Amino acid sequence: MRSALIADEVRVSIDCDADIVSARQKGRQLASQCGFPSTDLAVVATAISELARNIVRYAVRGEVILRLVDNNGQRGIEVVAADDGPGIPDIGLAMQDGYSTSGGLGLGLPGTRRLMDEFEITSKFGKGTSVTVRRWKR
Amino acid sequence: MQVPILKQGAYLIATVQSALTDEDLRQLRDALVGQVSKVRARGVIVDVTALDVIDSFATRTLRDVAHMIKLRGAETVIVGIQPEVAFSMVKLGLTLEGVATSLDLEEGLAYLNRKGNGSGYEVRTHR
Repeated sequence: MRSALIADEVRVSIDCDADIVSARQKGRQLASQCGFPSTDLAVVATAISELARNIVRYAVRGEVILRLVDNNGQRGIEVVAADDGPGIPDIGLAMQDGYSTSGGLGLGLPGTRRLMDEFEITSKFGKGTSVTVRRWKR
Repeated sequence: MQVPILKQGAYLIATVQSALTDEDLRQLRDALVGQVSKVRARGVIVDVTALDVIDSFATRTLRDVAHMIKLRGAETVIVGIQPEVAFSMVKLGLTLEGVATSLDLEEGLAYLNRKGNGSGYEVRTHR
């Protein structure tokens, strides 16, 4: 189901460490405007941090798009992390806890899925990756 | 954003003041591991009360700090992880296994004092 956009989207271009911090701070701010409780603000900010770091680490540059959305009266935040990097050769593997090709902890994608209510990933080998996550207000 | 490191007796105290980039975290790690031998510290406290996010990279770096300092013969305790940060860490699957944590600075100091009896030498007690 397509949810309606209820405010202007915030776009953060990602190409260095500092952009990871700025993306998660903007996401927290937006979620806070929507009235999310503080636990959810930390959850959303952590998820954005993981997704933005994946961009820096694997694709070098990309973009995080933040939106407040409405689905039949239920409000939430949608985060899209998109890049045109090398893509993920095996999404199944990338979604497994502890699997990493960069020496990281391998928790970024599976952990982000646990943090958020909805998680979608599309990746084309050689073309890029797009991850969309949503968290709904309880 | 550099993290100030204070020396208090046999301990080093690093108080994080604001959000840290990955590079800031690496600098903090290197500074602590370097300082601990320079000043012959017996314990290190990293106060993360000000952090509103501790993600996988921050967790790994804090864990590395504790393990590296352990290899230098000193103890590390991470203090001040906020409740909502702890919630997110657990959901994400992050643990600080093998790393001492305390509620706040006061508890962290008490932990180090118990560990080393405050004298700079570890006193082993048998139960």
